[in-house]
Amino acid sequence: MSDSKAIGARATRTSKVEHTAGDPPEAETVLSVRHIQTEFVTRGTVVRAVRDVSFDVKRAQKVGIVGESGSGKSALALSILGLIEPPGRVTGGSVWLNGREVPLRDDRRMGRVRGREIGLVFQDPMTALDPVQSIGDQVAEGIRRHQRRISRKAVRRMAVQLLQDVEIPMADHRLDDYPHQYSGGMRQRIMIAIALANSPDVLIADEPTTALDVITQAQIMDLLERLVAEHHTAVILITHNLGLVAEFCDVVQVMYAGRLVERSGVDDIFDGATHPYTEALLRSVPRSDHLESGPLPSISGAPPNLAALPRGCAFEPRCPIGHGREVCIQEQPMPILLGPPGAEMRVECHFASERYERARAEGETR
Amino acid sequence: MSDSYRQGLVGRTPGNTAGTDSPSPVPLLQVQDLVKAFPRRAGLFDRRAVSPPRAVDGVSFDVARGETFGLVGESGCGKSTIARCVLYLMRPDSGQVRFDGTDIGQVSTKDLRRLRQRMQMVFQDPFTTLDSRMSAYDIVAEPLLIHGVRGKDERDDRVRQILSLVGLIEDQFNRRPHEFSGGQRQRIGLARALVLNPELVILDEPVSALDVSIQAQVLNLLRDLQQRLGLTYLFIVHDLTIAEYFCDRLAVLYLGAVMELADRETLFREPLHPYTDALLSAVPVPDRRRQRRRQRVIIKGEVVPLSGPQPGCRFRPRCPVGRDRETCANVEPPLREVSPGHWVACHFAGELRNTTVIA
Repeated sequence: MSDSKAIGARATRTSKVEHTAGDPPEAETVLSVRHIQTEFVTRGTVVRAVRDVSFDVKRAQKVGIVGESGSGKSALALSILGLIEPPGRVTGGSVWLNGREVPLRDDRRMGRVRGREIGLVFQDPMTALDPVQSIGDQVAEGIRRHQRRISRKAVRRMAVQLLQDVEIPMADHRLDDYPHQYSGGMRQRIMIAIALANSPDVLIADEPTTALDVITQAQIMDLLERLVAEHHTAVILITHNLGLVAEFCDVVQVMYAGRLVERSGVDDIFDGATHPYTEALLRSVPRSDHLESGPLPSISGAPPNLAALPRGCAFEPRCPIGHGREVCIQEQPMPILLGPPGAEMRVECHFASERYERARAEGETR
Repeated sequence: MSDSYRQGLVGRTPGNTAGTDSPSPVPLLQVQDLVKAFPRRAGLFDRRAVSPPRAVDGVSFDVARGETFGLVGESGCGKSTIARCVLYLMRPDSGQVRFDGTDIGQVSTKDLRRLRQRMQMVFQDPFTTLDSRMSAYDIVAEPLLIHGVRGKDERDDRVRQILSLVGLIEDQFNRRPHEFSGGQRQRIGLARALVLNPELVILDEPVSALDVSIQAQVLNLLRDLQQRLGLTYLFIVHDLTIAEYFCDRLAVLYLGAVMELADRETLFREPLHPYTDALLSAVPVPDRRRQRRRQRVIIKGEVVPLSGPQPGCRFRPRCPVGRDRETCANVEPPLREVSPGHWVACHFAGELRNTTVIA
């Protein structure tokens, strides 16, 4: 109750976002992504995987990126890390880490940034680890790459410490084992250990628990939560699991057809999303308190072909609000900032302000 | 207390009919004391056979006509092995599978083929289980050819009818799998399973390879078809959110044995086995308010396959209740009926729940 009053008292901001390529990131911002565009060219067709995505991540902030397969979540992560390989290419935009521009197109210099300032945990720890190298060697490689003048003994000590940090029993012995001797959950712990070896400022975790069982998933997420709190690491969690986002993240970013269509605080999103796609996505998850209310609300149709995107809003053909509306068919919606200052709410929909105001009014009368 | 329960249990299996005295119709599927082990050698060059762990270790359950029965558990719990044994795609080492009263282990190969028409399977991955060189039409027509539906017109009618039923349009019938999205491919897999008019459909993780928005479409379709065609589903699923939404009754499996079996309401509201509790509380909830209310039981360790028959409870090494208890180490808890239709294999059923409520 007091909450809704507080919201009412604050002024609402509704304005278009203007990011200029060179605007100085705020002091506590560790990662700034500006207008990233990524394309894949195959047999003459251009697949626009990431389209003009901009966002900031603050120190120790936990940002979730959700979206369906093909929405560009992973392509965005790889773009930020400079890991897009031909036929893919980052065709525009910039990435800033701690106020310095990241040399996205310079692989040699990028190698010094990756792993030290920004770490990565992949989905599948079996393919990400080298099967013919011992775990110890692989952890050591991560340490040595960025800390060259360091003795073998010291590296080993650090590796044991890292394995203990990720709660691997008998770390000293298990260092000489090979990946196949580890279970899936343990391998993911190793990946986290390697990613955090150099205390990066930002950790990108791309579906880190998708290959794991639910109890193991809960253990890994607890571990990640503890470690990032200890290291003050910012995390970008890429996932299709909305439950994980609700539990882990501070901020949610929703991607659709390569664009970042909504960014909001986690409570705002789960209390009532502003973008029609986010709303539909949340409603299509089965919930035990809605068991008997007929069929699950589903989103009709399928995501668009990224090689032949419509002129206007990519969600228009499936949108319960905008389907058939002239403005939605003709114009790509630009991001609109909503809510009180600092609310971190940013939505790409022609009807965002209208929907936001209405939801707020309904919330007050309730 | 528990002894009297066990005495009352003689000759009963944890099926739908438990708890009612009136004679009830024979369940469509009865699985009794199913055991399946995969023989192993001691090592690559050591040909001595070692005593094999049982992938399925004495599993019993009944599935009534028209219901959806769920098998849930982590990977390696034996869910898929059970499904394969039910279809006799894999011969169980011991135990019985009765379909509509017939013990399918006893019938001839010819009769087994006929029985199999009445039970069909939908697989998890619609990307690898459809032949990429066949059209949707041919994929769905194939089972009819195999099972000898001779009349060309009859076949044609049937295929068209079933493809429309799963929501494909005429234009799409001659397309090949790669031209379809994941959700549409799963519709084709479903059409292939339904074309023979089965009574039982085994759904092996039918939506886990699909996106959230598409999952809802396919789940709705499955429900709709169940009502229209009077289908019985055996639903293998690891996602508990979907299990709760979709199943009428469920069995929770751990390392090849049933830990708890109950109707949906009971299992999700009043779980009595510590493993069920742990599973449920590990599921991330996409609802911020419910999340803050609930209490989490995160158990340590991982599923460690048993290396052979061992005394005591198979969940004991990870169990927050029985880890240090002698009974749990020495006596394997039997699956007992604690209230009508609610079966639990735990010496201290409900203890975890009681203590966390107080705490």
